[in-house]
Amino acid sequence: MKISFIVKSLAGAAAMVAMTGPALAAAQSAPSPVTLKGDVMLEKTVTENGVNKVQLVEPKVVIPGDHLLFTTRYHNDGAQPVTNFVVTNPLPSAVALSSEAAPGTEVSVDGGKTWGQLATLKVAAAEGGERAATAGDVTHVRWTIPSIAPGASGEVQYHGIVR
Amino acid sequence: MNTYLIPLRRAAGIAGCSLVALSVTAPFAGSAHATGVLAGTLIENTATATYQSGSTTGSVTSNKVTVKVDELLDVAVATLSTAPATASSEPAVLIYSVTNSGNGPEAFDVAADPKISGNGFDGAIKSVVLDSNGNGTYEPGVDTVLTAGSLATPVLGPDKSVKVFVLVNLPAGATDAQTSQVRLTATAQTGTGTPGTSFAGKGEGGGDAVVGLTTASANSLAALIASLANITLTKSATILDPFGTAKPVPGAVVTYSLAAKVTGSGALDGLHVTDTIPEGTTYVPGSLKLDAAALSDGADGDAGVGGSSGIDVTLGKITGGTTRTVAFSVKIN
Repeated sequence: MKISFIVKSLAGAAAMVAMTGPALAAAQSAPSPVTLKGDVMLEKTVTENGVNKVQLVEPKVVIPGDHLLFTTRYHNDGAQPVTNFVVTNPLPSAVALSSEAAPGTEVSVDGGKTWGQLATLKVAAAEGGERAATAGDVTHVRWTIPSIAPGASGEVQYHGIVR
Repeated sequence: MNTYLIPLRRAAGIAGCSLVALSVTAPFAGSAHATGVLAGTLIENTATATYQSGSTTGSVTSNKVTVKVDELLDVAVATLSTAPATASSEPAVLIYSVTNSGNGPEAFDVAADPKISGNGFDGAIKSVVLDSNGNGTYEPGVDTVLTAGSLATPVLGPDKSVKVFVLVNLPAGATDAQTSQVRLTATAQTGTGTPGTSFAGKGEGGGDAVVGLTTASANSLAALIASLANITLTKSATILDPFGTAKPVPGAVVTYSLAAKVTGSGALDGLHVTDTIPEGTTYVPGSLKLDAAALSDGADGDAGVGGSSGIDVTLGKITGGTTRTVAFSVKIN
């Protein structure tokens, strides 16, 4: 099973910051030094020469069972490092998380009240008592990025299945 | 068992990890649906971030990305009859269910095909009927007979089904106990095709309609069996003359026996056994019998009438494997 979450740091972008820094510092009126840009793609499995490949395509037609890749790109436009950067993404109710979280990423199965690794979480069982939570129980995902240098950017992703 | 297991599991969870979620969360309302989220549902995703920048804290929200769930065209057809339906002089009633296994409202065309390879005979489709009240029993005058040109289910919601009756008459030449099958096929009115075929803008809520794994067409076979009956009538006579022998002389009494034998798995209705009094003989009053039980001569409450113009015994409905015997006597003049 593939890993659901990735955190990518685009280190190359940091080199640009020395030049653009002074100009950005002047624009202090901007409400947030960080921007978030969401995106969704349809993961389409195609078979080429007997080998399954996943292609990312525009989600023009989406039906139950389809796999979607939700990406949120962040960019620090500010002159200072941004720290303790926590991205929280409530899952749309029509989407189930497609697999378990990678280490370092947390999920919630109770609407964002409590967080942890999926394997440690429990939910109420239909027959009473509790059962181990599964990917389908996840209501929120969260990524913590300790620090984003000025001008740096990256992205966080999760894979979902249309219920 | 459960009462013992639950406290143990709970204890293990708490001891093993501090991140046990104790709050109770209902499953997603959308996940209760067997066929997936409804067509037209909007999937909206927004992320929010909190952060520190120098001494200040802030938060930022992403743009909202939206995907509309398109309509999946899927259908299931099942035969509800467990045993072959009986066809006799009355048509066989075959019962099928048509289920919308897609995620949007859809009507399905239905077609009944009696020509199936291996059939002992090909039935004649009399009518295709919707089980209007959903009770699973064909009720003439209550259930809706579909007319040619509009052989279709009503619009069915996702996961909803309708029962369909197919009435099949026996063709000429079918023999008793022969079996046959009829295939009912249901196809989505929006369209069918290989899975993944899409119909732009034809889906619920303005999205596309996409053919699912069922190809948006499904069928099922139901069996019927011919239940026919045949009758043979055998007449025999015994003679008893006044001398105690069997000579047909004047004064001798001839007792006729008419055995009506019904064979086959079906039944025959409205049977009468009639006979005339032979010329030169006289009916013996009070001699009429059915299966050795005496019948009165008059047209009254019992099944028989006897007299100089002949005899007439009403047998009514006789099922296969039964023999009824009528007897009467005449005296040679």
